[in-house]
Amino acid sequence: MKIGTPDELRSFRESIVAQMDPQKLCVRICMTGCRAYGAVRIRDAFLEEIKGRGLEKEIDIRETGCHGFCARAPVITIDPRDIFYQQLTAEDVPEIIDQTLIKGEIIDRLVYADPATGEKFPFNADVPFYKNQTKNVLRNCGVIDPRNISHYIARDGYAALSKALTTMTPEEIIDTVEQSGLRGRGGAGFPTGRKWRFVREARGDTKYVVCNGDEGDPGAFMDRAVMEGDPHSVLEGMLIAAYAMGVEVGYIYVRAEYPIAVEHLKIAIAQAQELGLLGEKILGSGFNFEIRIKEGAGAFVCGEETALIASIEGKRGMPRPRPPFPAQSGLWDKPTNINNVETNANVPLIILKGSEWYASIGTERSKGTKIFSLAGKINNTGLVEVPIGTPVRKVIYDIGGGIPGGRRLKAVQTGGPSGGFVPEEHLDLPIDYDTLQAIGSIMGSGGMVVMDEDTCMVDVARFFLEFTNDESCGKCSICRLGSQQMLDTLTRITQGEGREEDIELLVELGKQVLDISLCGLGRTLPNPVLTSTNYFRDEYDAHIKEKRCPALVCDALVSYYILAEKCEGCMICLRNCPSEAIMGGKRMVHVIDQSKCTKCGTCLSLCPTRFSAVVKVSGEQIPVPEEPIPVAPRKPKAA
Amino acid sequence: MQVTAIDQGKLEQVLTKYEGQEGVLISVLQEVQGEFGYVPKEVIENIAGALKLFPSQVYGVVTFYAQFYLTPRGRNTIKVCEGTACHVQGATSVLRELKTKLGVAEGGTTDDLKFNLESVRCLGTCFLAPVVMINQDYYGKLQPRDIEDIIKHYD
Repeated sequence: MKIGTPDELRSFRESIVAQMDPQKLCVRICMTGCRAYGAVRIRDAFLEEIKGRGLEKEIDIRETGCHGFCARAPVITIDPRDIFYQQLTAEDVPEIIDQTLIKGEIIDRLVYADPATGEKFPFNADVPFYKNQTKNVLRNCGVIDPRNISHYIARDGYAALSKALTTMTPEEIIDTVEQSGLRGRGGAGFPTGRKWRFVREARGDTKYVVCNGDEGDPGAFMDRAVMEGDPHSVLEGMLIAAYAMGVEVGYIYVRAEYPIAVEHLKIAIAQAQELGLLGEKILGSGFNFEIRIKEGAGAFVCGEETALIASIEGKRGMPRPRPPFPAQSGLWDKPTNINNVETNANVPLIILKGSEWYASIGTERSKGTKIFSLAGKINNTGLVEVPIGTPVRKVIYDIGGGIPGGRRLKAVQTGGPSGGFVPEEHLDLPIDYDTLQAIGSIMGSGGMVVMDEDTCMVDVARFFLEFTNDESCGKCSICRLGSQQMLDTLTRITQGEGREEDIELLVELGKQVLDISLCGLGRTLPNPVLTSTNYFRDEYDAHIKEKRCPALVCDALVSYYILAEKCEGCMICLRNCPSEAIMGGKRMVHVIDQSKCTKCGTCLSLCPTRFSAVVKVSGEQIPVPEEPIPVAPRKPKAA
Repeated sequence: MQVTAIDQGKLEQVLTKYEGQEGVLISVLQEVQGEFGYVPKEVIENIAGALKLFPSQVYGVVTFYAQFYLTPRGRNTIKVCEGTACHVQGATSVLRELKTKLGVAEGGTTDDLKFNLESVRCLGTCFLAPVVMINQDYYGKLQPRDIEDIIKHYD
């Protein structure tokens, strides 16, 4: 069936909505992120149980994208009451059907309880993690079946496209996007409307739009969630952009590590083609558009726009100097617009609700909402959407639920390897493009990795340099060699061989790499080093001057000892030590041979907590026997 | 390691499908690798000929992208996530345990061609950190001592 006109789209939507019963029982299961936690088994259990009881007509099972609260995976929501069950197993399914779906009772055990207060929240709308968010871009994620275009259309899907094609000129669309204040969500924050105008005004008949789905920052999974959970919103954004710029062909570049995203996008494209929402004379207008998918082949630098273009052309993904900008000469030397996945998904909202509505959210210079992925040392890992300008602290504590185990927050890493660290003292700053840049980090694509006092900042800086050094394409010698030199220096410091002048050298070299490199990779890779030497200088000093790793992370600077007064000679660590470095015997105090110890930590993790005889220290010598000695007789227990 | 003979018929099928098209080298390599499990050196000239490229250009692309391999691969691929979230949650000790248990270095293949051991830069499943993916299965919130039990399930 083809939808030929805006009116047909409207009546199609009305007929879908009329067929849907909002009071019908529906179990929404996250089948993307939660898949890793056994969501497939849970779905199968639901389907089987429902079939076995002949309830297929009464209960719908809907496979959705990410609900957001990944820490509690696998999660489900039961409509129409919006009941939220978490950390399920397939064994819970018969009980859910009997108690909740049939009798309407809530199963206390499966309800989310706030770890701090113990308060229970049976409904999504009350859970603090969700309550404090503004889900605009993620409005459909976790709600619709992303493989069913009807679900998207029922929720005003493709209404923005229809509005744009029938009531707006291309110039009006670009004006609207420009007035909305939308800035690129890939990290750099360039005004989207202005970019579109460049391409519209560029000379040439053939032009392209490219959607950048090469989400490569470690710790970022927003774009994955949008492509998997609401792929049509990306397609609709691209359609509107293409119409506004006079483009007939679009590409989506998706990284190969995201197989579900590729699958869902392919399904979405096929369904949109079938309904005539992609193809020729879309909705009866003169506008033709097709979308092709290109899968990446594993190269971080391909997130950079000129490298991405080279990769689509089938070449090595190496950046080139700009100008000419892709808007003048991009894919196959034609004017090309590149927007990130999340930017595209914002576009239908702006067209449908207007630029004034959009610009009412956010800060003076950064409008709208931003999706962040929370990970690392935080209770509520998951996907979070908040107005730009929300303080970091609100995201980490009110939504993220704070740091596990009562540990203290040390820093929040934003923007991946191109970003930097936001230390505790800056947590009340608003998250926006300009503020984060002012303190040496970047908002980036939206990854937020929380680090606590057990994280060594020198080690993390080294980790990022290892990443960027590995991913440097090698074209600019300052990036290729500078990152190597910085990595070598940081490695030396973590191995206890740092020199006093190292920090100064790191900063100087970092600034040069930043100034001289051609592309975003080189121009940002020093950020983790520059922010960590600035905010965590004491940790560098401890490594260099005292040969001590305060967080007990750097292997070369830590030692394991067995305390003679606590060891019961139980043989557990001795038997399990992979390098046979533990001496002793039954009821003999065990001793670690420091020359053999590989610092794997097995002994520490296996020593029974009632003994807690193994300690990990840095920069200090613990007095222990040189040879195994008999365990002291047990003290008689007090009566 | 044993190198299996190249099935020229299969190679021809892939090449015919793409012949004459522009910018398809990466897609061709992805399909070739899907067919043979790796990109055999012997096929590079054929690919170059069909796409009107120099063999050096094909070779350059193969070696640029992490996804392509020039040597035969094991039956199961273990990807240890080394993303930021996994790193701060102890991915290094998980990787070390795998190296010890399998007796291979990062990027290596076991002699019995049972496992490839790779470290990757972020699987985008940070809520599972530290995470390891074996073929299409995820194993999350791992400790080194879980490894032995997990790899038993693969042949």
